[in-house]
Amino acid sequence: MQSLFLIFISAFLVNNIVLMRFLGLCPWLGTSNSLGSAIGMSVAVIFVMLLSSSVTWIIYNFLLLPMGLVYLRTMVFVLVIGALVQFIDLFLKKNRPALYKSLGIYIPLMATNCIILGAAFLIIDYNYNFIQSIVFTLGVSLGFMLAMIMLSSVRERIDTADIPPSLRGAPIAFITASLMSLAFLGFSGLFGL
Amino acid sequence: MIARRINVWKHFSDGVTTNNPVLVLMLGLCSVIAVSTNALSALGMGIAFTFVMVCSNVLISVVRNVTPDTIRIPVFIIIISTFVTITDYVLQAFMPVIHSQLGIFLPLIAINCIVFGRAESFASKNKPVASLFDGLGIGIGFTIVIFLMGAIREILGNGTICGKMVLGKAFAASPIAFMILPPGGFLVIAFLIGMKNWLSNKGEK
Repeated sequence: MQSLFLIFISAFLVNNIVLMRFLGLCPWLGTSNSLGSAIGMSVAVIFVMLLSSSVTWIIYNFLLLPMGLVYLRTMVFVLVIGALVQFIDLFLKKNRPALYKSLGIYIPLMATNCIILGAAFLIIDYNYNFIQSIVFTLGVSLGFMLAMIMLSSVRERIDTADIPPSLRGAPIAFITASLMSLAFLGFSGLFGL
Repeated sequence: MIARRINVWKHFSDGVTTNNPVLVLMLGLCSVIAVSTNALSALGMGIAFTFVMVCSNVLISVVRNVTPDTIRIPVFIIIISTFVTITDYVLQAFMPVIHSQLGIFLPLIAINCIVFGRAESFASKNKPVASLFDGLGIGIGFTIVIFLMGAIREILGNGTICGKMVLGKAFAASPIAFMILPPGGFLVIAFLIGMKNWLSNKGEK
């Protein structure tokens, strides 16, 4: 139980996926213009990631590992995640139109989201069992949500500030990210992680 | 013949300058910031990326006429991840140190938006030779930026470049350590993009 809590805190704060591991920077910068789209994107990430991590864990441990096909993992993971995203997209469109209306535009972006594939690889690297990998995924995706909400709140204020023309847009967002990441460095060493 | 040569050169130089994947299109930023903690591993990432970019561009361009339009994305995925797997295993066998520094960012080349973008917008519409030079230009443009970032961060954060001391003993004893840590990566890319914006604004005036 204690180790599960540590895995969660490590993925959520200490090794925050965006600010410490630099995964998922494209959607982080691309959809953080307003708080609404930031929350929509993060919820879509949580939803898709929980599914994709379980599926890739099962495929890796019950198919690739016993059959000695580990070298195919990059190709298999990309294809499986791509197919899964397509499936979720169609399923939501048909059965949950209300949910599709709010999350629909973010779902196709998931196929090339490096957080999803990155988490699948990290779970293999860390040798997690199924429960641990679910807790890890939850930590990673909530960490993404935290970073998303923080950046979008700051950006709504930056929009009205007077910034040198060369630094408008992405550069100032990166400077913000740098300061946030500096703050997150303070979490390292928490619980000996 | 001369016209063709100019054309090929243009494909190449566009990738390095006006179409630079990192500074202009702002794609593939994750790996640029993550593995640029020192100049050598940044160079390793640049070379691995260029290899995947060139090979997949050429192969996609060779098979472009026999690939039905509806299944082109899965075909791209299979071709690109094949070359990523080859690079992964070759690096693991011959350069284990660089391989461990690149970590999961090596397999993540497989879904890099730059590689996909060029496959979709260039290689699937052009001849193999043009695709080769396009891939080479994009790859070298990426390598220059990532190496520059690695060098800046290593000099400021460690006082060395490729392991050699450059700023003297006094600086190396107390360097700006945060440049090697994650915040430094965000700061350096912010100022590199800002500098490129400043230069292009100045050029327009």
